[in-house]
Amino acid sequence: MRTRWDWEFAFERFPEILEGMLITVIATLVGIVIALTLGLVLALGRRAKSKWISYPFAWFIEFVRSTPLLIQLFFLFFALPTIIFPGEITIAMSALVTLIIGLGVHYACYASEAYRAGIDSVPKGQWEAATALNLKTTTTWRQVILPQAIPRSLPTLGNYFVGMFKDAPIGAAIGVGGVLATARSIASETFRFVEPLVTAGFLFLVISIPAAFFVRYIERKVFYES
Amino acid sequence: MNPDPTAAQPNGGKRTGAKVEMSKVTKAFGDNVVLRELDLSVDPGEVVVIIGPSGSGKTTILRVIMTLERIDSGNIMVDGRQLYHEEKNGELVSASEKHIRSVRSDISMVFQHFNLFPHKSARENVMLAPMKVKGQSKGEADETAQRLLGMVGLGDKLDHRPSELSGGQKQRVAIARSLAMEPKVMLFDEVTSALDPELVGEVLTVLRDLASGGEMTMMLVTHEMGFASEMADRVLMFDAGRILEQGPPSKIFKNPEHDRTRKFLRAVLDH
Repeated sequence: MRTRWDWEFAFERFPEILEGMLITVIATLVGIVIALTLGLVLALGRRAKSKWISYPFAWFIEFVRSTPLLIQLFFLFFALPTIIFPGEITIAMSALVTLIIGLGVHYACYASEAYRAGIDSVPKGQWEAATALNLKTTTTWRQVILPQAIPRSLPTLGNYFVGMFKDAPIGAAIGVGGVLATARSIASETFRFVEPLVTAGFLFLVISIPAAFFVRYIERKVFYES
Repeated sequence: MNPDPTAAQPNGGKRTGAKVEMSKVTKAFGDNVVLRELDLSVDPGEVVVIIGPSGSGKTTILRVIMTLERIDSGNIMVDGRQLYHEEKNGELVSASEKHIRSVRSDISMVFQHFNLFPHKSARENVMLAPMKVKGQSKGEADETAQRLLGMVGLGDKLDHRPSELSGGQKQRVAIARSLAMEPKVMLFDEVTSALDPELVGEVLTVLRDLASGGEMTMMLVTHEMGFASEMADRVLMFDAGRILEQGPPSKIFKNPEHDRTRKFLRAVLDH
């Protein structure tokens, strides 16, 4: 077995791994969209005045945040179909859709906490001014509170999404042909582990580092403006 | 500062303000009773200045009228309508949010710390409520904003964000923002207390214009005794949740009945 780094081999298989990375990136991006929107719904639901609404939301958020993503994925992929279609051996959703929903819902719960912190950071005086102008609750949220709360949530949200991207290869466990699954299948086919895994890791660096810089840039911008 | 003195009195000084009647209003925060069975009646167009030591509950009077704090007992009438109660099948019951909103449309408040919307320009701050609450078109609301910001001397700052304005300018935007709702009752909660001394004058000038306009009911909590003695129809001395004494400024400032009032005035004027 050759032990030295083989550039030719690495370049030869690079397009496959890049293709796998594309799937991972797509899963992350769609997951982010779900997390951003569902997270806001969860944050607002948790703040509802009625306990009948706020408690289930709080319970759901805590439950999802307190259990591992991998278990949630296994549950969605293997267990949920047997609950919905008892007696049949079936898969309800493709592995990729399961990964996207799993990532989206899992990180929506984290996002809701980021939103909550942003909402709580809006001074009480803003709510009072809205009352003094007799604004409706929906107008207050849309025109006064959220335009101030969301920018303040962005740095935290950004950090979560970088984390989400690094969690996305977990899809390999349910057979999503993402970057890690591709690298692993090349490795088991050729018995060369170093090049595929280093290439996969390198691709993560190439995306994660600029993303982290971008988050820091937003952080600074928000910090100076508020 | 005000190029058109009649701008502050579009109805030619006619009194179109609303009467405010508080009866037996009690409000406590935990064990701390800040209003004790307060009876207070303010006439339409009257300018009432509330003075008193801090912690005496004077700000709470304004806050319960604005519905920022809910009262524990008693009732409040604005323009002849119950604020916290409504009639249902001949019975007086706790008001729904809808009812409170409807009565509250006659009231607005200006705050010590301005509470402008920091992400909106001066113009947008003023335009928001006319558009979203009164249903004005963008064009109408923009006209309203330009007129009112011009009236408070900020016609040249329309597109400035609050962060680009001085404290006095912010407070004048806040006053214009409240005026845009055309309230019948306006509440001013220590509106000059957070300002640098040299900026107090420009805000008091605007308040003088409004008070001499005479159409709006105004209730002010302030430590500006000069303004109070000049503009107030009536001064209330508030202490420990009660009205200690009240009367025209000449009486309260020159010839108070209570030693407590005398001491308070001396402390405020000497500082």
